[in-house]
Parts: sequence; C-alpha cells; structure tokens
Amino acid sequence: MLGYIIRRIIVMIPVLFALTIFTFFLVRLVPGNPASVMLGPRATPEAIASIEESLGLDKPLLVQYGYFMRDLLQGDLGDSIRKKQPVTTVIGDRIGPTLFLVFYSMILAVLITVPMATVAALNKERWPDQIVRIFTLGALAMPAYWVGMMLLQLLAVKYKIFPVAGYGDGFFGHLYYLFLPAISLALAIAALTIRSLRSSILETLGSDYVRTARAKGLSGRSVFSWHVMRNSSLSSITLLGLIFVFVIGGTTIMETIFSIPGIGQLIVRGIFDRDYPVIQGVTLVIGVIVLLTSLVVDILYAALDPRVKLS
Amino acid sequence: MSGSVAAASELGAIPAPPKSKRTWISRRWLNPVLVAGLVILGVMLIFVIVGPLVSPYNPTDPAFDQPTFAGPSWSHPLGTDNFGRDTATRLAYGGRTDFVIAIAGTAVTVVIGLLVGLIAGFYGGKTDALLMRVVDFTLALPYLVLVIGIIAVLGTTPTRVPGLGPLPVNVIFAIWMIGWVTYARLVRGEVLIAKNMEYVDAARVCGASTTRLILRHITPNVMAIVIIFAMADIVLNILLLSSLSFLGLGQQPPYPEWGLMVSEARDFFLRDWRMMTYPGIAVLITGAAFGLIGDGLTQALRPKG
Repeated sequence: MLGYIIRRIIVMIPVLFALTIFTFFLVRLVPGNPASVMLGPRATPEAIASIEESLGLDKPLLVQYGYFMRDLLQGDLGDSIRKKQPVTTVIGDRIGPTLFLVFYSMILAVLITVPMATVAALNKERWPDQIVRIFTLGALAMPAYWVGMMLLQLLAVKYKIFPVAGYGDGFFGHLYYLFLPAISLALAIAALTIRSLRSSILETLGSDYVRTARAKGLSGRSVFSWHVMRNSSLSSITLLGLIFVFVIGGTTIMETIFSIPGIGQLIVRGIFDRDYPVIQGVTLVIGVIVLLTSLVVDILYAALDPRVKLS
Repeated sequence: MSGSVAAASELGAIPAPPKSKRTWISRRWLNPVLVAGLVILGVMLIFVIVGPLVSPYNPTDPAFDQPTFAGPSWSHPLGTDNFGRDTATRLAYGGRTDFVIAIAGTAVTVVIGLLVGLIAGFYGGKTDALLMRVVDFTLALPYLVLVIGIIAVLGTTPTRVPGLGPLPVNVIFAIWMIGWVTYARLVRGEVLIAKNMEYVDAARVCGASTTRLILRHITPNVMAIVIIFAMADIVLNILLLSSLSFLGLGQQPPYPEWGLMVSEARDFFLRDWRMMTYPGIAVLITGAAFGLIGDGLTQALRPKG
C-alpha cells in the first residue's frame, strides 16, 4: 500500500511542475507590458517600475521563473493589486465558502443520484427508467448558471424563501444560505453520476457473485445492499475525482450569481480588475486542491479494491 | 423490492431477446433516439440560420418605436426585451454565435486530438509519455478555470468576423488550446487496444505500410467513440461559451448570446420572467438535441456497449 502511495505521489510531481509553469506564464504572456496592463492607463511610472521589479520583469525568463518558484516555496504568491494584501491572505479568507459549497453540492448530488439510479436500474427499459433518462438528459443540457439564476429570482427575490446573497453564519447558516447554489450544481452533477451508477448497478446485477448470492438463498434486499450496492458504488468512487474538478469550475459561476465570498468569485473579479497575481494564485490553489483530491480518491479506491494495486 | 431485484438480475444474466421494435426498423441508423435528436437539432439550425435572414428587426439597436417587455404577439412571437428589441430575433442571432463557436471549437479539437492520439498511441515512447503528462495537467484544472486563465491573457475584446458580426474568438482559441487533450487521451487508449487486434496483425502480415495501417485500419475503428464524444463536447462548449458570456468574459453587449441574454435579464425578472426563460430553454433544447444524437449514435455505432 505504501509503495502504491509513493508511486502515485511521484506521478503527481511533473503535473505540479507543469501547473507552476502555466501559472507563471499566465502573467508573463499578457500582451504588452504586464506591469502597465495590471495597473491600468493611469499608472505612475514609479508604480510600474515597482511592479516590474517585484516580478523581476527586466531579468531573463528563466531567472524570473526561479524567483517565482523561490517565492512560491516560501508561500508567497505576491500581492493583490486591488486589495493591497498578500494573495495568500486574500485566498485564505475566501477558500472556506468555496470548499463548503463544493462538498455541500456533492452531498446533495449523492442524495439525488443513489435513489434515482437504483430505481432506474431495477426498472430497466420500463417507465421509471425512461423518466430518469429524460431527467438526466435535461439536467445535462441545462446551463447551471440559468438554473441558479431562475432559482434565485423565483425562490429568493420573488417568494423570499431563501436569502438572495451571502454565506450566512454558523454551520446551519451556511447550509441555508448556500442551498440554492448547491442544489443548482447538484443537479448538474447528478446528470453525470446517475447514468454511471445505473450502468454499474446493472453490470453488478449480471455478475456471477450476485447470482451465487441469490442461489445461496439470500433475500433480494440483502443481496442488493451487501453485494450490489457495495460493488457498484466502488466503481463510482473513481468518478468522484472528475466530479470534484467539475464542481470547482461550477462554483465560479454560482459564487458570482449568489455573491458568495469564495475564490471563484475572486478569479472572475480578478479578470475585470486585471489583478493578475490573484488570477495566478487562485489558478494555482485550485490546481493543487484538485491534484490532492485525486490523490486521496485514488488511495481510497486502492484501499477499498485490492485489485488496483496489482497494476 | 425483492421481486424487482430478481427480475433485474435475470435481465442482466440472460441476454434479452431481440425487441419487436427492432424488427421493423431495418437499419440501425433509424433508431428513434437518433432521429429525434437530428429533428430537434434541424429545427434549431433552421431557426438560427433562417431567423436572422427573415427577421425585420435589428438585434442590437434599441427600438424606441416598439413596446418594451411586450408579451407574445404576431409581430413579436416571443415578445420584446427592455430595449424593445425582438426577443426571437435576438435568440436567433445569439444562437448563431453559440453554434459557430461550439462547432468551430469542437471540429478543430477533434482533428488535433485525433492526430496526437494516433501518433502517441501507435508509436508510444517519449512522445507518449510527454503527452500523458500534458493530459494529466490539463485535466487537473477545471475546464472553465483553465479557459478563464487563457481569456485573462488573451482579453475579452470580440473580433469582427465577416458575415457574422463581432464574435468572442478568443474563446475559440482557448478551446483549441485545451480541448484536444481529451480526444488525444481517448484515441490513444483506443489505439492501444486496436493495435493488438488480429485484423491489424493480418494487415501488417499482408504488407500494409504504417501509414496505411493507421489510416485504413485503426482510424475507422476509433472514430466511433470520437464522434460520440464530440456530441457531448459540443454541448459542453455551448455551455462554456454561454457561461463565459454570462460572467462577462465571452460575447459582449449589445450583441446577443444566449448566456449573455440570461445575465442581462437578471434585473427584469420580476417584471418579465420570460426574458430570462427563453435563452435558457434555447440552450436546453440544443443541448438535449446533441445529447440525443450522441445516445442514438452510441446505439448505432456500438450496438454491444
């Protein structure tokens, strides 16, 4: 197991490296002089010179990258141009709401997926399956921003059941404030997961060990919970990593719609403000979070399914 | 519960007898899912191509002589917006933008991804190893965040395209830069399987050249999965562009685009909910059409899976 984890971490290193190169060039490739672009048309020459110096723009690219990596390893992502604060502080203040929203919507998605996929699989090709199929087709094609916006206008602005914006206080406050954005994302996730869980339940139902279990005389309920669901959900775990990536992207939109103080809203505002250090920092942080998550998912999967380690 | 489990497990274990439905449809291409998808897509295409040609209204300029927030009528089938502009006209023009960008974006990424995947899968070695690292990296970042990063560098200024008006072409460039990765990985995987198939060995023994092997024997066998995936990808790219426009990073006002129209309607929802509903439904119908086509093609091209 330890060997597998070490191998898995070694594979991750070049990807992390590529991530730093990408984020590094994100600022350097801005057409024109990045310093004057960042500061806007009314920047003083002194301000431009100070940014140029802090980014080391007068040095060769390789040296600049060296500086970038040195700062990065010391946990320094530069300063936000608009907020006049270190980017790490700005991101640190805002990562909580984003992660809360991500996990909230993933849990809601599981609550939607499991019953719908089960019903669809157990009624294959009959009307419940067709209804679930139409639901997934619709949910897949429905833009998440539109669902979020309609829910916001209808349930928050018009009927005032939910708050219009913000993050709320305390755990239950967060649950209440983030319900609409979370359910909008959960619908989009469920569109992907229902199909996958349905087909993996069907596959498990047809397997030899399920037939054996039934031949032993186990009741349908016991076969289903002990043999079918356990094995079907196992193959869905690999999907979790992919979905995590998808949801982190989706929070960008939800945070903008519902004015949630998270890092997704930060990157969008960063583009309008030309706040390149912030864009750079958020991209890097999201990349690292995603990589760590896929590492955890892979280890979890290997721990649950011993066959993985053999390959 | 237990009865349905038993029924389902039997269904899985014993191959179901051929459906009576299939017998009168002689050709697999005529499966109802595929036909339904193509018909819906056809209607949408006619709407966005013919709509702008027959509409007497301007999609961008405020129409001061027209009523604002008008309901459906003979002169305005879907009503008007806050500037008195005809909603149906704006939907048609906006749909053009979505279709052009999604199809142009997807078509090029399919070709690049196919080439890279074929080369990496067939030759393997260092090229392959490098490719897989690029793939790992690209998939480590959310598609939307990656595109936002690229848009941050390229800027959001639309470029005027002859015959179509201003388009956010930088979105197409961003799609080209990263969209091919998924195809490359998909094709590579399929090539690795196909490479060891007997029909490829047979062709090799018969003296087929490497180029011929790749083009005549391997490519046709990986195309099915590529085409199926491309259908989902077009939907993804339509959602991408409309999400970007919604955030203010895609198409810019006053030019119409479905996501932008949803965003512009946000201040007027309580006055006229239809303004926000129509563009969302347009995306929904288009997405569902491509989804149905993808499902139908899966049935037609991969009858076993």
